[in-house]
Amino acid sequence: MTDTASRELPLQEIDEVIIRFAGDSGDGMQLTGDQFTSISAALGNDLSTLPEFPAEIRAPQGTLAGVSAFQVRISDFVITTPGDAPTVLVAMNPAALKAQLHNLAQGGALILNTDAFNDRNLEKAGYSANPLDDGTLDDYRSYPVPMSQITRDAVAEHGVKPRDAERSKNFFALGLISWMYTRPVEPTLEFINTKFRGREQVINANTAAFKAGYNFGETAEIFEAHYEVKPAPLAPGEYTNVNGNTALAWGCVVAGQLARLPVFLGSYPITPASDILHEMSLKKNFGVRTFQAEDEIAAAASAVGAAFGGALAFTSTSGPGLALKGETLSLAVSLELPMVVLDIQRGGPSTGLPTKPEQADLMMAMYGRHSESPLPVVAPRSPADCFDIAIEASRIALKYRTPVIVLSDGYLANSSEPWLLPDVDELPDIGVDFATGFNGTNEDGDGIFLPYLRDPDTLARPWAIPGTPGLMHRVGGIEKEDGTGNISYEPENHQLMIDLRQAKVDGVDVPDVEVAGDADADLVVLGWGSTWGAIDAAAGRLRDDGHRVAHVHLRHLNPLPANLGEVLRRYRAVVCPEMNKGQLCDLVRAKYLIDVEHIGKIDGVPFTTGEVASAVRQRLEELAGS
Amino acid sequence: MTDTSITPTTQPGDWASDQEVRWCPGCGDYSILTAMRMLMPSLGTEPHNTVFVSGIGCAARFPYYMNSYGVHGIHGRAPAIATGLAMARPDLDVWVIGGDGDMLSIGGNHLIHALRRNVKIKVLLFNNQIYGLTKGQFSPTSEVGKVTKSSPMGSLDAPFNPLAVALGAEASFVARTHDMDRQHMMDTFRRAHEHDGAAFVEVFQNCNVFNDGAFEGITKKQNRDANLIPLAHGEPIRFGADGEFGVIDESGCARVVHTADVSTDELLTHDETKHDPSTAFMLARLARGPFEPTPIGVFRAVRRSEYAMASTRQLAAAQEKQGTADIAQLLRSRGTWYV
Ligand SMILES: Cc1ncc(C[n+]2csc(CCOP(=O)(O)OP(=O)(O)O)c2C)c(N)n1
Ligand code: SF4
Ligand SMILES: [Mg+2]
Repeated sequence: MTDTASRELPLQEIDEVIIRFAGDSGDGMQLTGDQFTSISAALGNDLSTLPEFPAEIRAPQGTLAGVSAFQVRISDFVITTPGDAPTVLVAMNPAALKAQLHNLAQGGALILNTDAFNDRNLEKAGYSANPLDDGTLDDYRSYPVPMSQITRDAVAEHGVKPRDAERSKNFFALGLISWMYTRPVEPTLEFINTKFRGREQVINANTAAFKAGYNFGETAEIFEAHYEVKPAPLAPGEYTNVNGNTALAWGCVVAGQLARLPVFLGSYPITPASDILHEMSLKKNFGVRTFQAEDEIAAAASAVGAAFGGALAFTSTSGPGLALKGETLSLAVSLELPMVVLDIQRGGPSTGLPTKPEQADLMMAMYGRHSESPLPVVAPRSPADCFDIAIEASRIALKYRTPVIVLSDGYLANSSEPWLLPDVDELPDIGVDFATGFNGTNEDGDGIFLPYLRDPDTLARPWAIPGTPGLMHRVGGIEKEDGTGNISYEPENHQLMIDLRQAKVDGVDVPDVEVAGDADADLVVLGWGSTWGAIDAAAGRLRDDGHRVAHVHLRHLNPLPANLGEVLRRYRAVVCPEMNKGQLCDLVRAKYLIDVEHIGKIDGVPFTTGEVASAVRQRLEELAGS
Repeated sequence: MTDTSITPTTQPGDWASDQEVRWCPGCGDYSILTAMRMLMPSLGTEPHNTVFVSGIGCAARFPYYMNSYGVHGIHGRAPAIATGLAMARPDLDVWVIGGDGDMLSIGGNHLIHALRRNVKIKVLLFNNQIYGLTKGQFSPTSEVGKVTKSSPMGSLDAPFNPLAVALGAEASFVARTHDMDRQHMMDTFRRAHEHDGAAFVEVFQNCNVFNDGAFEGITKKQNRDANLIPLAHGEPIRFGADGEFGVIDESGCARVVHTADVSTDELLTHDETKHDPSTAFMLARLARGPFEPTPIGVFRAVRRSEYAMASTRQLAAAQEKQGTADIAQLLRSRGTWYV
C-alpha cells in the first residue's frame, strides 16, 4: 500500500514510541495492543507492554469504569519498562480520553474517534462540554478521525449489519497506527485470517477496516509525517513475547520436567493469578494435574497431599488467598514437604484493588504464619524472569523439602517483554531422590526408617513416598521427635526442632548479590521484584546526567544473600523503592542495622522511571551537599 | 460377609504401629481401631500402599496407630489433603478419619466438595456428638439444648444429620455403623473400600469422658433389637427381635410400623443402588436422634465417574492430541522471532 501513496510524507526516524490504546472494554483494545506488539517484535524492536483492565467485567458501556487500556513501548535501544508517559494516546470514546488523558506526555499525539463524541457518550464520561473544541486538548497534538463512520463505510460491502460493523473499528485504529509507525501489513492480515478462521464475514470486515485505517493515514491530509523505529541491539537468538503469568506457569510446568516429577497445581480463581491456573490447565499433555479447589485452604491442602504423594506441588493465588493458606503453609513447614506457593500480589487490604499491583505481601510471606514458621521467599524481577524464578523456587523446595513462596505481582503478571529463549539443554537438573531404604537401626540392630533424620549438609529430611515398601511412616503437625518423627512434647526437642527448621531455611544456597551500575557510588538503590525495570532505567537516566548510582536487586528475600550486609555498608546511603510502606526496608534494617530509606508508592500503578529517578536524584543532591 | 477370594499377606498385627495408643481408657475409638486393623489383612492391600489422612481431634489421632503411611493434618482439611494425594496417586488406598467437629464444622466445606467430586477416598466420620480433644464443647451434631462448657444454658444450634449432609452433597456411597459392633464395622468399612469413588461412613462413637452414653439407647446390646434397623440390599426393611417392626414410605416420609399392621409388600424394600437419593435421604432422617429406631448399614452405593481416574483420562487424551511433553515446543507455542 505504501508504494501507491498519493502523497509523499517525510519518514522520520525516532528511537522509541510509547502508545496507549484506550477504549471501552468491548472495543478490543487488548487485542489491538497485542497485535501491534507482535508486529513490532518481529521487526526486532525491544518492547515492553502494560495492559490495564477494568475491575468490572462488563461495566456499563461508555463509562469511565469500563475503560480498558494497553500501553506498548517500542524502541531501538534496550528497555526495561513500558515507559512512564505514553507519547501517543488512541482514545476510542470520551470515557477513554477522560480516564487516560492525564497519562499522556505534554505535546503528545492524540488520535480520537470523533464519532464517539456525541452528547450521550460525553455525558456518560462526565464531560459537560465537548473536549474536542473547548480547549482541553490544547497542550496536545490532536488528530480527529471519524473512525466509526469510515469503518462502517469500509465494511458495508461485506454485508455486515450496521450494528456489527463498528466492532471492526479497533482494526481501523490498528491500521492507522501501523501506517504511522511503518509496520508491515501482512502479519496482521495473516493474524486476522487465523484468529477468525471459519468466520468469513468477520475476516472480511476486519481486513477491510484495517486497510481503511492504513489508507486513511496515507491519504487524509492531517498527519505531517510518519515514523520509523529501527531494531534494537538485542542479543541474537530466538525470542518470544511473554507476560509474567504465562512465564510463571511455563516455569512450573518445566520445573516438573527438570525434576522428573509429575506436576500438581491446586488453585482457587483470583485476580490477577487465575491465568496461571488457566495456562497450566492447558498443559495436561505434560502430565500436569490441575485442581480447582473449593477455596484457597483446600488448594494449599491438596498441594500438601500431592507433595506427600511425590508430586512437584504448586498452589497459586493472590493476597487474600495467601492469607487463607497461612495455616496450611505452617503445616507444610512442619511436615517438611516441598511445595511452591505463587502469590501474585495485588492492592489491599481486603479486596482492595484486584487488578492493580502492590508489593505489600512481603511481611505476610515472611511472617504470616503462627509461631516460628520460616520458609524461603523469592521474587522475579521481570516478566521473563518469572520463568526462571519458578524453576529456582522448585529447586529450593525440592532440595530442602520446604514450602517456598514466590512473590510476583499484578504488574509482572500482565506486562510482557521479549524473552530470549533459553537453551533447553542448559536448564538445571533439579531432580532429587526419594528414599527407598532404611536409614537407621533400632536397639536390636534391625534396619528402620527415620523420617526426620536429616541430610547433614542441607538439613533436608528424606522424602519417602507412599508405595515404598518398608518405609511406612506418619507425619503430622504435632511436634515431632528429631530423627524418628514420633510425637514429642519434650522441651529440649521442641527447641531443637525450632532451631533446625530455622537453620535449614537460613542455610539455603542463595547466590551473592551483584552490584549493577557504579560500584563506587555514594548511593545504592536496593530493590526487589517488579521494581527492577524502573530502578534500572532510573539509574541509567541519572548516570546519563552525570551521577553515580549503584543498584542491588534482590531475587532471594529469605534467606537474604550472604554478602548483602557487607555490600550495603559500602554506601553512604541506601534507598529502597517499594510499592508498600517500607517492608523490605524494615527487614534489612532489622537484620543489618543499616538505615535503609524508603521510597514508597501504593497507588496501584507501578513506579515510573521518572518517579524513581527524581526521588533518587533528590537524595544524591542532599549527599553532595553534605 | 468375609471375602474368601483374597489370601491375606498380612496379619492384623502388621497394621499396628509401634506408637502407644493414647485415647482415654474406654473410648469408642479403640474398638474402631481394632476393627480396622482386623479388617485390613482381608482387603488384599499392603500397608505401604495405604495412607490414613486425618485432621485434628481425638479421632484424628488414628493415623499414628496404623502401620501404614499417614498424614495427621490440620483441623478440618483432611478431605482436601486426601483429594490432592488421591489425585496425584490414584494407585493408593486413601482413608480419611475425623470427628464430627473436624468434618462438619471447620471442614464441612471440604467434606461436601470431596464427596460431590467423588474422588476415591474413604471417609470415616467418628461421630461422638461432642468436641472431645478440646474437652467437651457442643459440636455440629450435638442435640439442641445440650449443656456443655460453652453452652451452660443449653446449646441453641440445630444439629446436622451427617448422612443427610453427605446425601445432599451427592455422595455416591453413604453408610452408618457403630463402635459397639465390630463385625458390622468391618463389613461396612469393607464395602466402603470396595466402592469406586468417595465413600462416606458415619461411625457412632462413644466419648466416655465428655458425652458418655450418647448412643447407648440404640447401640447397647439390649437396646439394639428394638432400636437399630439393619439395612440389607433387596430386602424389606424390618427390625425387632422377631421382625415385628418395619419401615414404610408414608407420602415421602419413612415411618416405623408394626409389621402386623401392614402387608409385607407395603414395607420399604431397601435398594442401595437407587440413583434417586430421596429414599436414602428419608431413611437417613428416620430417627430424630440416637434414642429411637435408627437405620444402620449401607444407605446408598451408586456408580459415578471417579474423579482421579477421570483426571488421568484427561491427561491421556491431552497427550494423544497435543503430543507428550516437549519443553522446546512449549516455549515456542506463542510464536517466536529471530534477532
Ligand atoms: C484451626 C484450629 N481451630 C481449633 C482447633 C482446636 N480443636 C482441636 S480438635 C477440635 C474439635 C474436635 O472435635 P471433633 O472433631 O468432634 O473430634 P473429637 O475430638 O471429638 O474426636 C478443636 C476445636 C484446632 N486444632 N485448630
Ligand atoms: S476425650 Fe472422648 S473422644 Fe477423646 S479420647 Fe477421650 S473418650 Fe475418646
Ligand atoms: Mg467429636
